[in-house]
Amino acid sequence: MNARNRRAAIAVGATVLATSLAACGGGGGAADGGTVEIEFLTQDGGTSVPLAEAMIEAFQTANPDVVVKLQTQPGGTEGDNLTKTKLSTQEMSDVFTYNSGSLLQALNPDQTLVPLSDQPWVGDLSEDFAQVVSTPNGLYGAPVGTSRVGAVMYNRALYEELGLEVPTSWSEFMANNETIAAEAPDVAPIIQTYGDTWTSQLFVLGDFANVQSADPQWAAEYTAGNRSYAEEPGLAGFRHQQEAFEADLFNEDFPSATFENGLRMLAEGEGAHYPMLTDSISTIQQNNPDAVDDIGVFALPADDAANTAITVWQPNAIYIPSTTEDEKLEAAKRFVTFFNSPEGCAVQSEVLVPGGPFVTSACPAPEDAPPIIADIQEYFDSGATTPALEFLSPIKGPNLENITVAVGSGITSAADGAAQYDEDVRKQAQQLGLEGW
Amino acid sequence: MRARRVRGVVVGAVAVLVSVVVFLVPFAFILVTAAKTAEEASLLSFSLPSEWALWDNLVAVLTTRDGVVVRAFVNSTILTVASVALMVVVAAMVGYVLQRRSSRWNPVVNFFVLAGLIVPPAVVPTIWVLQTIGLFKTIPGMVLINATFGLSFCVLLFRAFVSTVPRELDEAAIIDGAGPMRLFFTVVLPLLKPVVITVVVVQAVAVFNDFTGPLYFLPGDENATVQLTLYNFQSQVLSQWNLLFMDILLITLPPLVMYIFFNRQIVAGMTSGAVKG
Amino acid sequence: MASTTTSAARVAALPRATRLEEPPGHGRGGIRTMYPSWFYLPAGALYVVFFAVPTFASFYFALTRWTLFDVEFIGLDNFVQFFQEPQLVQGFVNTFFYGFVTSALKVVLGLALGLLLTSQIIARGYLRSVVFFPVLVSTIGIGITFKVLLDPFGGLVNESLAALGITGPGWLTDPAWALFSVALIDVWKGVGIATLIYIAGLVAIPQEYYEAARVDGATSWQLFRRITLPLVRPATATVVVLSLIGGLRSFELIWATTRGGPGFTSDVIASVIYKQYQAGFYGLSTAGNVVLFVVVTAIMIPVSILLNRKEVDR
Repeated sequence: MNARNRRAAIAVGATVLATSLAACGGGGGAADGGTVEIEFLTQDGGTSVPLAEAMIEAFQTANPDVVVKLQTQPGGTEGDNLTKTKLSTQEMSDVFTYNSGSLLQALNPDQTLVPLSDQPWVGDLSEDFAQVVSTPNGLYGAPVGTSRVGAVMYNRALYEELGLEVPTSWSEFMANNETIAAEAPDVAPIIQTYGDTWTSQLFVLGDFANVQSADPQWAAEYTAGNRSYAEEPGLAGFRHQQEAFEADLFNEDFPSATFENGLRMLAEGEGAHYPMLTDSISTIQQNNPDAVDDIGVFALPADDAANTAITVWQPNAIYIPSTTEDEKLEAAKRFVTFFNSPEGCAVQSEVLVPGGPFVTSACPAPEDAPPIIADIQEYFDSGATTPALEFLSPIKGPNLENITVAVGSGITSAADGAAQYDEDVRKQAQQLGLEGW
Repeated sequence: MRARRVRGVVVGAVAVLVSVVVFLVPFAFILVTAAKTAEEASLLSFSLPSEWALWDNLVAVLTTRDGVVVRAFVNSTILTVASVALMVVVAAMVGYVLQRRSSRWNPVVNFFVLAGLIVPPAVVPTIWVLQTIGLFKTIPGMVLINATFGLSFCVLLFRAFVSTVPRELDEAAIIDGAGPMRLFFTVVLPLLKPVVITVVVVQAVAVFNDFTGPLYFLPGDENATVQLTLYNFQSQVLSQWNLLFMDILLITLPPLVMYIFFNRQIVAGMTSGAVKG
Repeated sequence: MASTTTSAARVAALPRATRLEEPPGHGRGGIRTMYPSWFYLPAGALYVVFFAVPTFASFYFALTRWTLFDVEFIGLDNFVQFFQEPQLVQGFVNTFFYGFVTSALKVVLGLALGLLLTSQIIARGYLRSVVFFPVLVSTIGIGITFKVLLDPFGGLVNESLAALGITGPGWLTDPAWALFSVALIDVWKGVGIATLIYIAGLVAIPQEYYEAARVDGATSWQLFRRITLPLVRPATATVVVLSLIGGLRSFELIWATTRGGPGFTSDVIASVIYKQYQAGFYGLSTAGNVVLFVVVTAIMIPVSILLNRKEVDR
């Protein structure tokens, strides 16, 4: 989720970036005799930096004896490799943000991180989140931001205008698309944006909740090497992407359009559906604030409506490496605690537009939440949610985004693409040294 | 005769016209986009900016992300100067002895020089070596890598040029009592000045423009070079094409300046090195 | 530079003091000491540590599953993988296509431009400069610029074509065009070197040959075919060798424009190596390096022998 998440953030922060970053060196000047200085590492650009700055400012006001210095590093796979290298060479900053779930497990937290199970905020965490920042030996991270879902973001105004209903099965969804194509020829039924290749994965990754509904053992069996994407129900995501391409439902410029273009199209009603992560609502808030109330979300529909569920991504988390010691460790723990204090929550709600529910009861749902949040809440209320595969299994092939671009551009068939991805996953599993591969 | 001259004018004029479209328009596009406001630049049209924002964009690029572009220029400069200096001295020593002394080792050395030109470097094992000796992700490590990868080219140039320095000069110096070091550094090297300039200019441009090397061997924000920052800029200044192209413009300027001042040496280096290779 | 030289000279002054006493070297031994083998040492050390060792190590690491910290020997699995996965095979095929297309175009266009720029036309100096300048510009900068210019929607190239009534393709986004388009950009950037080499070769052809042939009534085509083409053969050899070395190893331009996409349609071995590296598959990435090594040497050795032999034969 790493790259997606970060780039969503980058888009949001783009306009803020030039000004806010220039100012970011300012905070560190107050160091004097009685203070502890700690280093906080976060990912480059986007909301993560403005959030970090706002957090640091609020924290330092409340804790004048601690000085927090902000460090950033690039995102994506490069950032993952850097994080691993920094941890194994013991050069990690005193406190840092990183993904939860399988990417966290790959850091070998029992050896490299400080367990935080005894911290006061742990009891407030949702069970789902606690799970993805824990090993059998302890809990290591506190949430940063909200959870979000990977599903179909759609233009409600357009739905109203055309009198459409939210679809619950794939055939209903395709019928809606046909209606849109017939009655609003200027509107792209489905937005795809392969200029940013990562956006192409949603058909597959967002379909995972449906896979798991059809076969509740899928994730576990998949990790053990007994399930594959080349077979149903795993294949469905690839197959749907191919069907959508073949039905000519995409925006004309899908091969080169970018993530930001896609959100603009959705917000301005040039496109009806955009399979995407809901935290991108922040970008819409930034660029098309008037459209936020027009945007809703529904789960990527399964072939069988009974299986349709929504796929949930847990937020990133903030961690302390085991190289942080003594008074720095104390200060770092206070900083982490601050993230989930009422003041910290207030800062988060102010800087971020929530893309889903908070995962800690310490942070109340904001009152002026956009309608998309209500849509998501319905799925939570009815229990039709499943964590994304990367939170249930340590394996994610690195080439999925290229494969889904190929499938979504008609270069590769769904079956071939799924088989290629299985091979990609096999390499990853072997590299991780998992049993059964 | 007149017909020929007319033909020369006509063909030349056509060639100039074509060259403007094919070669100058892209650079003009960089320039005008770098001078536009963000909104205007986002149209990506080839037109004069309605409002010149060259200076504002320059300031914006230089201050973005805590002045990362400025740091990158400093890093790239250090990297270029150190790499080229090292490469010139050690390669000149090799080229000199290789040309002056014929021994049974010469074919072996020549073979390695050619291998160095042709064989693609093994990337990850090189990282492994750098990590083993503690130079991974450091400027000194990158300098050594650059010097190594540039060696073959420089040796070829130096070997070719040393043959134009008369041996009588060596002998005169030896009779004057010069040792090998003094002979090389105070007698021969100064005479190699033209080729040294060529090597310096050509390799400086190569090191400055190198993207793959820093991408693999110098990751991390602190050590970013101009090419890396430009590459990362793509995702960081989303839809601020004016800033992206301002960065391209900035990165294009040093080679342009080099080219204006050292046109002849660059051309000589590129062709002679090439012919030998 | 200057300071390096002087301090080195100062160091050199030390051993000289003792040697001054001896009679100046003569005979073979004297030459030996005046051109000492240890002059090879600094360069040799760099070469061995940062080039030879990694190259040899790559033959071992290519047979392993490797995380930089742990090595597990797995035999030829990586190579099997390399030639099994369609995306990797495609990268392999694309590498040949890319190397061939760029070399061929650079030879043809380089020779044409060389002929043009050695003929009696106006503005030769300007034309030479402008054709050569892209060679010196950052590949990344050029890649990004062309990505914008070649954008199928609103990019300058297709807009201009549309004004002429032509619908341009999705240069970098259409799977059928992507690799070829990158090759074209490569030629745009690199044709300046080929042109320069051809100019040097053409200028070296004695004018008398042409004059004599003209007296015999040869046509322009015959002059080109019988005199120019054979006599610029060394230049052609150089251009081919250089373009192939560059083309087969090409990475930066592809990475700056398509990153191997859409899908895997413009992947070459070098971009596959990088992707595997990025994904942490160090063994597989190194295997890719070995494959590239074999491809480059397997092509370059016969090509250089062939081109050089013919030249000697004449």
